[in-house]
Amino acid sequence: MKPRQKYSAFALVREAMRGHTGWPRAWNSPLPSKRYDVIVIGAGGHGLATAYYLGKNHQIRNVAVLEKGWLGGGNTGRNTTIIRSNYLQDASAAIYEKSRSLYEELSQQLNYNVMFSPRGVMMLAQTHHEARGYQRINNANIVQGVATEYISPEQVRELCPIISISGPRYPVLGALWQARGGTARHDAVAWGYARACSEMGMHIIEQCEVTSVRTEGGRVVGVETGKGSIECGKLAIVVAGHSGVVAERAGFRLPIESVALQALVSEPIKPCLDVVVMANTVHGYISQSDKGELVIGGGADQYNNYSQRGSFLHIEETVRALVETFPIISRLQMLRQWGGIVDMTGDRSPILSRTPVEGVYINCGWGTGGFKAIPGSGWAMAELVANDQPGALAASFGLERFREGRFIDESVAAGVAH
Amino acid sequence: MLKLTCPYCGIEADETELHGGGEAHLERAAGGAGDSELEQYLFIRSNPRGVHFERWHHIHGCGKWFHAARCTETMEVFGTYSAQTLRPPENTLSEIKRRRPNWVNA
Ligand SMILES: Cc1cc2nc3c(=O)[nH]c(=O)nc-3n(C[C@H](O)[C@H](O)[C@H](O)COP(=O)(O)OP(=O)(O)OC[C@H]3O[C@@H](n4cnc5c(N)ncnc54)[C@H](O)[C@@H]3O)c2cc1C
Ligand SMILES: [Zn+2]
Repeated sequence: MKPRQKYSAFALVREAMRGHTGWPRAWNSPLPSKRYDVIVIGAGGHGLATAYYLGKNHQIRNVAVLEKGWLGGGNTGRNTTIIRSNYLQDASAAIYEKSRSLYEELSQQLNYNVMFSPRGVMMLAQTHHEARGYQRINNANIVQGVATEYISPEQVRELCPIISISGPRYPVLGALWQARGGTARHDAVAWGYARACSEMGMHIIEQCEVTSVRTEGGRVVGVETGKGSIECGKLAIVVAGHSGVVAERAGFRLPIESVALQALVSEPIKPCLDVVVMANTVHGYISQSDKGELVIGGGADQYNNYSQRGSFLHIEETVRALVETFPIISRLQMLRQWGGIVDMTGDRSPILSRTPVEGVYINCGWGTGGFKAIPGSGWAMAELVANDQPGALAASFGLERFREGRFIDESVAAGVAH
Repeated sequence: MLKLTCPYCGIEADETELHGGGEAHLERAAGGAGDSELEQYLFIRSNPRGVHFERWHHIHGCGKWFHAARCTETMEVFGTYSAQTLRPPENTLSEIKRRRPNWVNA
């Protein structure tokens, strides 16, 4: 493979002059080696970020990322890309804010444009209960040092003129507003991390499903894959919706259930919405992409599902709610709709943890809201894998919290967790 | 749209008429249970990709709880049955084995 080419305005001009024939592949696709110091299962954002920070922060570079499908083809490539950090609990605020702040400079860090767009995220309060919940989060965020504010309906209208403030069913009573929240390009986040990992000499191996985990005396020694058996010193399982399946292959069970979450996009229209709006009471959230499409997300299904297709009724529910909140979109046609399998924990908080198998670590449970967490999660996971113990960011998110009753309850504030 | 037949009232109900109740046949942690048993009962789930036994509530119908055996990969329903049982009935198990010869009840 050719050495990495730095992406720049100059490179763009040079390539324009020669018909764009000189761009090297963004990452290499080697055959697996016999052994790696660390194997990461899952080339979604979290797996790739874990590998990246292992190399960057801990100088562990003999690393492979194994992906059963294609890179970024899981939830990372299916999500609605909302990024915010105004969560309620201290542990959440810490890791999500770390993540949000890493997003601010990620394009420069990776030399890859992830199109982070801090356009502001607004969570509408449409019941009194919700209004009080958001005021409580706002108070917690002040103490935690997370910049957010509770705004009035008039401020909501100013920021987003197309909202119908007065209802009829659920009038807007206020909103939790994070001005430095926003969106990023989902694929670019995965691709940017993959390119940087590849540059450090790591192996990213697609079409390579891990089918079993080999242990000796309670310690991991390797994995069986569709491309043969591979040895490893440590193993990081970062497979979101498939966490239960892979954990079973490693011999333990998780406090996780996998359900479908759906999203859809409309035909492109002229710019009409330059913030992200979330309406959690009615299960709908919306933003406008650079192409002009309205990107819409809905609620999760109520039953376990691995089919990557959700229930039609949730689409209907979401669209109904959004048409009421944004009357001007009522005649838009929808272009496509899809689903991803999200990994839900009982307290709606993630798991970054050691496991019953020595040398095996797991990062999962991000559920409906982990895109925003990719950089921070990768950072914290790399620390956990490298040191065999969690740093400050991951410390509260261990598996033992379910046994010990130390939940990080984020389910109280919002029906959906984005 | 998922449809399940309520074994009590016999109606084939749309999922909008039902409320999901999660994994079935969990062993309830008894009074003197320790932290690990409670953790098992309250949080740890088999969450399989494939055959899944689950609880459903016919909430906008006859109001009864019942059980269903369903495939989480294909959405096939193998059968629904009474909630008054600790394990799936034989006819449901044989229907599963007929359609999933390699399936083992974990
Ligand atoms: C419709 C939808 C909307 C969402 N909206 C938002 C949002 O607005 N904001 C937000 O913050 N979050 C959102 N999320 C959540 C977010 O997408 C996820 O939390 C996040 O992308 C998870 O990333 P990941 O890397 O952990 O998982 P994934 O991207 O799913 O990656 C896991 C990878 O593991 C691979 N894998 C699985 N099993 C194996 C195996 N045995 N061997 C090898 N590889 C395997 C999979 O193929 C997959 O590529 C949304 C999710 C969905 C589905
Ligand atoms: Zn009934």
